[in-house]
Amino acid sequence: MAAVQDTVEQVRSIDVDQYKYGFETNIESEKAPKGLSEEVIRFISTKKEEPEWMLQWRLDAYARWLTMQEPEWARVSYPQIDFQDLYYYSQPKKFKAPKSLDEVDPEILKTYEKLGIPLREQVILAGVEIPEGERPKIAVDAVFDSVSVATTFKEELKAAGVIFMPISEALREHPDLVKQYLGSVVPATDNYYATLNQAVFSDGSFVYIPPGVRCPMELSTYFRINEKNTGQFERTLIIADKGSYVSYLEGCTAPMRDENQLHAAVVELVALDDAEIKYSTVQNWYPGDAEGKGGIYNFVTKRGDCRGRNSKISWTQVETGSAITWKYPSCVLRGEGSSGEFYSIAISNGRQQVDSGTKMIHLGKNTTSRIISKGISAGKSNNTYRGLVSAHRKAAGARNFTNCDSLLIGDLCGAHTVPYIEAKNPTAQFEHEATTSKISEDMLFYCMQRGLSQEDAVALVVNGFVRDVLQQLPMEFAVEAQKLISISLEGSVG
Amino acid sequence: MAPLLEIKDLHAEIAGGRKIINGMNLTINPGEVHAIMGPNGAGKSTLSYVLSGKPGYEITGGEVIFRGVNLLDLSPDERAAHGLFLCFQYPLEIPGVSNMAFLHTAVNSQRKKRGEVELTSPELVRKVRELGKTLGIDADMLKRPVNVGFSGGEKKRNETLQMMLLEPYFCVLDEADSGLDIDALKVVSNGVNALRSPERSMLVITHYQRLLDYIVPDVVHVFNAGRIVHTGGKELALELEATGYAQYQSEAA
Amino acid sequence: MAAPAPALVRPMKTGAELALAETFAAVRASLPGGPDVAAQRTAAFDTFADAGLPHRRVESWKYTDLRALMRDAKPLAPLPDADAKAKAVAAGSLFSTLGFRRLVVVNGTFVPELSDLADLEPGLTIASMADALADPTGLPASYLGRTVASSDAVLALNTALMGDGVVVHVAAGAAVTRPVELVFVTTAETPVAAFTRSLVVVEDGARLSLVESHEGPAGIAYQVNTALELVVGAGATFERVKVTTEGSDAVHLATMLAKVAADASFSNTFFTTGGAVVRNQLLLHLAGESVKAHMGGVSLLAGKQHADTMLSVDHAAPAGESRESFRAVLDGASQDIFQGKIAVRQAAQKTDARMLSRALLLTETAESCNKPELEIFADDVQCGHGCTTGTLDQQIKFYLMARGIPAKEAEALLIQAFVGEVIDAIGEEGIRTALAEATRAWLLGRE
Repeated sequence: MAAVQDTVEQVRSIDVDQYKYGFETNIESEKAPKGLSEEVIRFISTKKEEPEWMLQWRLDAYARWLTMQEPEWARVSYPQIDFQDLYYYSQPKKFKAPKSLDEVDPEILKTYEKLGIPLREQVILAGVEIPEGERPKIAVDAVFDSVSVATTFKEELKAAGVIFMPISEALREHPDLVKQYLGSVVPATDNYYATLNQAVFSDGSFVYIPPGVRCPMELSTYFRINEKNTGQFERTLIIADKGSYVSYLEGCTAPMRDENQLHAAVVELVALDDAEIKYSTVQNWYPGDAEGKGGIYNFVTKRGDCRGRNSKISWTQVETGSAITWKYPSCVLRGEGSSGEFYSIAISNGRQQVDSGTKMIHLGKNTTSRIISKGISAGKSNNTYRGLVSAHRKAAGARNFTNCDSLLIGDLCGAHTVPYIEAKNPTAQFEHEATTSKISEDMLFYCMQRGLSQEDAVALVVNGFVRDVLQQLPMEFAVEAQKLISISLEGSVG
Repeated sequence: MAPLLEIKDLHAEIAGGRKIINGMNLTINPGEVHAIMGPNGAGKSTLSYVLSGKPGYEITGGEVIFRGVNLLDLSPDERAAHGLFLCFQYPLEIPGVSNMAFLHTAVNSQRKKRGEVELTSPELVRKVRELGKTLGIDADMLKRPVNVGFSGGEKKRNETLQMMLLEPYFCVLDEADSGLDIDALKVVSNGVNALRSPERSMLVITHYQRLLDYIVPDVVHVFNAGRIVHTGGKELALELEATGYAQYQSEAA
Repeated sequence: MAAPAPALVRPMKTGAELALAETFAAVRASLPGGPDVAAQRTAAFDTFADAGLPHRRVESWKYTDLRALMRDAKPLAPLPDADAKAKAVAAGSLFSTLGFRRLVVVNGTFVPELSDLADLEPGLTIASMADALADPTGLPASYLGRTVASSDAVLALNTALMGDGVVVHVAAGAAVTRPVELVFVTTAETPVAAFTRSLVVVEDGARLSLVESHEGPAGIAYQVNTALELVVGAGATFERVKVTTEGSDAVHLATMLAKVAADASFSNTFFTTGGAVVRNQLLLHLAGESVKAHMGGVSLLAGKQHADTMLSVDHAAPAGESRESFRAVLDGASQDIFQGKIAVRQAAQKTDARMLSRALLLTETAESCNKPELEIFADDVQCGHGCTTGTLDQQIKFYLMARGIPAKEAEALLIQAFVGEVIDAIGEEGIRTALAEATRAWLLGRE
């Protein structure tokens, strides 16, 4: 029962405040004028010292965006977003692309320290006892509002040939690579929020792993929205060249604010022959209060293109934050023998609305995909899994296995499953199963009879429910995620 | 006397390239029981599939003459009708198809192909029930879908029932004892021994000697790297039990 | 100021939509029913006119774009003449030897002289829909359009243009042991359209078994829009099997609206082999506690057939149990769609709902689309769905062949087992046998 004991300890040790990342950093910032226009886009592009083609790329997207309509098919409802009442660019005032960590504003460093994010080049992982020397290194790119404020371990990565830097910097230093791949997975035509992102994105991470290189450490980007009324529009591009491997982690938090804030990110992954990308997210944007006031609107487009033979892209997500989550990390399985995975834990409490899932598009021969989704609804929230698995004519031998389980805690929440399964090849073999059930009272009783409090018992049972997915996370992230799950469900049983 | 089965310089590979059967020769006369023994991965099961015509294997050379025809020219059902029976190591479960309906279709498909009179339902039911009794297969097992929810022993008894009912000339028993306890093993071997006759031959594929205590072979072959590397009498099995396959592995290489 | 909203684009009227509007304008005065019915028709046609024919962006029609599949609207079928009636005598042959009570509708009109109206069991009443609509105190006045709410455009079109059909009433406690068969047959030699509407009311504690068959000539592009409204009273038992063997070029659109009261038992099975485009929609409302509902379906498709089954099961009361089991066997370049939604409202605690859809693709060009959906607002429930698509299990096929069964026959055996899981759940033995026979016939007809 050691594992159980650990879990209980961890559940005990967590803070009781609902959202512990809700503080605000007092720092002066420089913003683009409020609202969205060609001028604002030119302003952003100029700030970033972008080449002309980049500006044009943004303006094309903007022109297209003006003709598009907000998608309505998801099971989420929110007041109309006033896109003119937002700031599209905000950077810390004293900001000047830092040459080293010593140049980073100490206030910002403190912020990340408070968040438990190691910007100093050392490993700080709360709650995990790993002997010195065996601790994994994690390189971090920290994005604060619209700009990247620090990237760690640059030198060590450079020695391995790995490029890991803010995308704005990559545009200057590796323009050809960026130009070749940017927008090649998520085109300007893709969807309303992706198109908006293309017009106004401010920063994000760029990763390139050269052929045959196994990235020597975990790469991580930590997103923080600080400013009021500011949208965050980052764009991440990861390219794993032939035979390479990279594991990438992404974390997000924001201060508690009464008004809603928009986050519309785009992530593009490209895996060439025999390459593998593992992308993990722990999303903990401010979810709003119990009555649904405030919180982040998280409209995110994430897609991986398994372009090469036997390439592999694996998405793992733990979604506990945001007032609205609208995201479908997907895989286009183009290369013969390529494979895609989606492991998801989505937890909704309070008035949160989650509409998330994945698309597995089987285009190539003998492509395989696997979807494991665990949805947990509590409070007055709604939690929807929406997914597509399709096999095109030429996808002979395609295989998919999908398992979507939903757990309901309390009788005022909703759990929904909307899968689309489309087969156009007879040798494609798809299996889909889904279940919805209530948290087992027998199990809770059993735990409580053995002395656990009700909350501990719920945490224990829920951790068991999501175990398959947690195991997919890098270990140090899994511990964080486990804590987060417990926090997210506090007050859900009463 | 003409042999019942002749395998001549047989070469086969798994579709996509790996070579499994590598110049195999074997002659079996009517009434003989041959055992093929060998280490795991020697290609023993592949041999049973190649003989019965399972898709996914490519014959790259040689021939298999069985009762006057080259087996390799026939589809799996034609081979069955010609008198070849494969007792599967892992019999498949067929949801929705009742055991009795399956037996009926199999018996009459073969009879039709051979130009014989088909059995009526009552005739077949009577026959199946009689055979079932000797194997401890009750009416309920006959009504249930083929092998669905059967224990390992029940599946093997069901295989034996099919073998007795279809009365083949040549039986290939692929690891017939896998998953069987000693009682089930006795029931199955009694069934198999009851089928031994001067016209009928058998090829018993096994990794362990144990099965050969019950189904006693006339000839024992050591199989490795896709061909027969040594042949002896039934005492060879005991010898192998004591010394293992190692000495023959070097011979093969 | 928000970003400028794009101009609202009103859907272009298609040729078929325009023709339907013309038809409605021309015939509305002569359609059966009094002023109330006329008002219902007008409101329904407005609903249709607003929405137009369903297309890909209407979620429940996502895979069946009627704007593309129904290019034009055919003229309404004329009243059946002696010739038409003579041709209809042999219709419904699948069940003709089973002694069911046949009620025959030819080209959209109920034909009493072809129907078996003699010796009605106590408690059983049968009328033509056209007659019943004309009666302001009749059953349609109480129930029609009031069973299950739906804004579906195809149903609205049916309500606007409904001509005739059958009204069946089973009094409380009456057990009708002889199944009733509704035979819908199109005999026209030119493309026509028929809009039939039927109503079945099974009062508390009563029992009824209904068979519905739809057929017509091959090679004629006729159109059928048929709807059935059903009310099942408390503790009543209702079973229905709908067989669609329409002609090769027919468009067949069918809607069933069923409202089921407490402790009742409801069963419905679709069996589809015919028609160019077939849509079966079933909206089931479990209004009372502890209802047991079973839904099954078999589609055997070939050529360029397109069949779409849309289910919506609404668990509105506690302790309901629903089971759904659907099978599609797809040959040629056929397409099968299954969209099944299980909704569980907050009040419907202790619901136990399970759905399974499976498709078997026999060729390189067949297509299967599935959308099994769960929408759950109650926490103490057990709900699940499963879905598989694939081809025949090659290992099992080899096992059968190794026992001497030829390839074709092995496939047939496996396909029969595949659909048998649905057919075997039907209560009436005669129907089970007839459908198993129809499956074998379909298999024999495969190239």
